[in-house]
Amino acid sequence: MTQHTPRFTRAQLFVTCLVDTFFPSVGNAVVNVLANQGVKSRVSDKQTCCGQPAFNAGLWNDARAMARHTIDVFSDDESPVVVPSGSCADMVVHQYPVLLKDDPYLKKAENLANRTFEFSQFLVDKLDVDDVGAQCGDCVAYHACCHGLRGLGIDPQPKKLLKHIKGITQRSLSDAESCCGFGGLFAIKMSDISGAILQRKLDDIEASGANIIVATDVSCLMHIEGGLRRRDKRIRTMHLAEILTSSFDNQSRESRTKLKDRTVT
Amino acid sequence: MTRRHSDISSPVNFYTRSAKSLADPHLRTALTSTTNRILQNRTKAIEGLQHADALRDHARRIRAHTLGHLDKYLVRFADAVAQCGGKVYWAKTAEAATDYVATLAQTKKVRSIVKSKSMVSEELELNQTLENRGIRVIETDLGEYIAQIAKEAPSHIIAPIIHKTREDVASLFKEKLGATEAEVATVSTMTNLVRRKLRLEFLNADMGISGVNFGVSETGSLCLITNEGNGRLTTTIPPIHVALMGIERVVPTIEDLEIMLQVLPRSATGQKLTAYTNIITGPRRRSSENNLGKKTVDEPDGPDELHVVLVDNGRSGILGSSLAEILYCVRCGACLNACPVYQQIGGHAYGSVYSGPMGSILTPGLFGLELWQELPHASTLCGACKEVCPVRIDIPRMLLELRHQATTTLPVKKFFRISIALYRHLAVRPWLFRLTRNFIRYLITKFTKGGWVEQLPKPLAGWTAYRDFPPLARQSFIEQWYAKKLLD
Repeated sequence: MTQHTPRFTRAQLFVTCLVDTFFPSVGNAVVNVLANQGVKSRVSDKQTCCGQPAFNAGLWNDARAMARHTIDVFSDDESPVVVPSGSCADMVVHQYPVLLKDDPYLKKAENLANRTFEFSQFLVDKLDVDDVGAQCGDCVAYHACCHGLRGLGIDPQPKKLLKHIKGITQRSLSDAESCCGFGGLFAIKMSDISGAILQRKLDDIEASGANIIVATDVSCLMHIEGGLRRRDKRIRTMHLAEILTSSFDNQSRESRTKLKDRTVT
Repeated sequence: MTRRHSDISSPVNFYTRSAKSLADPHLRTALTSTTNRILQNRTKAIEGLQHADALRDHARRIRAHTLGHLDKYLVRFADAVAQCGGKVYWAKTAEAATDYVATLAQTKKVRSIVKSKSMVSEELELNQTLENRGIRVIETDLGEYIAQIAKEAPSHIIAPIIHKTREDVASLFKEKLGATEAEVATVSTMTNLVRRKLRLEFLNADMGISGVNFGVSETGSLCLITNEGNGRLTTTIPPIHVALMGIERVVPTIEDLEIMLQVLPRSATGQKLTAYTNIITGPRRRSSENNLGKKTVDEPDGPDELHVVLVDNGRSGILGSSLAEILYCVRCGACLNACPVYQQIGGHAYGSVYSGPMGSILTPGLFGLELWQELPHASTLCGACKEVCPVRIDIPRMLLELRHQATTTLPVKKFFRISIALYRHLAVRPWLFRLTRNFIRYLITKFTKGGWVEQLPKPLAGWTAYRDFPPLARQSFIEQWYAKKLLD
């Protein structure tokens, strides 16, 4: 018996606090890619942070409060929740039910966990889309972000999507699956170790010959790009959603490029 | 020869020790190349194994089942050891274990002891106790021997001197052993030098001390795997064999052992089997009449006495707790090799004989979270440890659990607790969240003209020590979204 993928026409977008605050172009790109597939995004202005920083710091009461808030925000309707971050998606999918196991919110947490998807996972696994019709003449390398990769098994999806971009040149990153050293508050608490791991990743990035590093999480990308800027190299980073919009919307890319130029005020 | 952690290992100063490691490019080169090489070998070995995933699941089930019924299997194991003619000593603490071994050695007038590699003996600081009582102890695993003459602790549970290069060892041999240039010319000549020295030690030793990889409950057998043959010499030549075994090392049957031996060497060194797999059941048997009425002859070799010291030293406290899964660990060291943090700082930075991801759980579990609370934070939570673990221990889950335990049982820095609480109160009030963010954006833009930030103030300065910080967008995504909606 063949199982037909249900057609989704609506999705709630959980852009994440980092995209909202630092990289709105990623959110716009997600909206555009989904719209092109006939999926209308709904964005609640009540969304903030999933609570992962507090959870990872061990302050679970604070994390619980943020989890309950996020659950409330996305439980108005039963439509799927799309997150342009493997890490935040994994927090909702795997950690909320653990965090709230003795909490009245558990049922709602499990319900939300079952309909929350990382962006590329939603496109490939739920919408059955491999080719979004993007074009891009750049030379890119893909970095697999840890929580998406090991928590949600996200790896074939971004690779499929990248493969179908017309005109793209792909370079493989050696140790593409090794951690970039970000680790959330770890990057500040143990910044020397985090910085050392980053240098190794940057060496691999430079050796790859790519001029754009693509990943599914802006958290890792801001860490990588922040480090790349210190090396004064012409390598940029892009969220997967951004590169998937390169043919039909060059604005996001241009705006990111502008941000990267230190001379622009 | 005194070495042990008291001098290198004070738990409080993880930051100082890791900074020292990071400042040593030589160490990091050694670490990177060796961990990479072992990892690649591991991947090849696991990929070459049919049904690797099913085997790992099976191995995990064996560990889970055994630890779920540890009382039964351990008592059965102890009975079986006694039946084969071995003596079993139950050591609740490190002191009890070391005192038993040292007293035994003194009673038997032991002057010289050879040891094969044992992490439990490192944990117990056994060498120090023995040396304090005037007994000579020689490590016979090549790596451990080198660590011993360098007066250092091992920095990896499988590869004790992973932090040293070949050149380091050559100059150490010249300095400590008076080796000639010819003797340190190659790895092979260096190994031969040690081999010659150790042969004499084996022949002269009055006691051999070993660890135990697995104790088989149904037969009372001790399984010991090594690559250098030193384990076999240690456990057969001297008249007394003392085996130190953590109480969690039991497997129910020989068949279970077979499963564990398929995953352990592959995960540890990438080998299908180690060069030597010893299964020792009891001491040397004297002539007797067997159950068929036939008279057997004396066994030609093996020790006259076998003592098995079952070491608890905090393990029973972990059993049944939220950290119980760490007792599944078979000490393959794969999580150390795969850990991006370990790869940068090496084992000594952790300050405990158990380093890396497994050590960051086992160390606070055995010796108390209060003294070791930084270790669970020494992780990016990337999950590589869980991915390579032959018995799929969920290390990231327990790192988080320990971080949480620390906040409920130990004092947390006030500033940190308040910052997170403040963040939480903002996050559940979206309008205040945005208002505060806009204020911060205003401040940052004022000082940085809107570009990437090169220097952040104190609590966040760690970020800009290694990377620029992105500017806050002029209009957040949600602001843009609702602005567009207004226009539509």
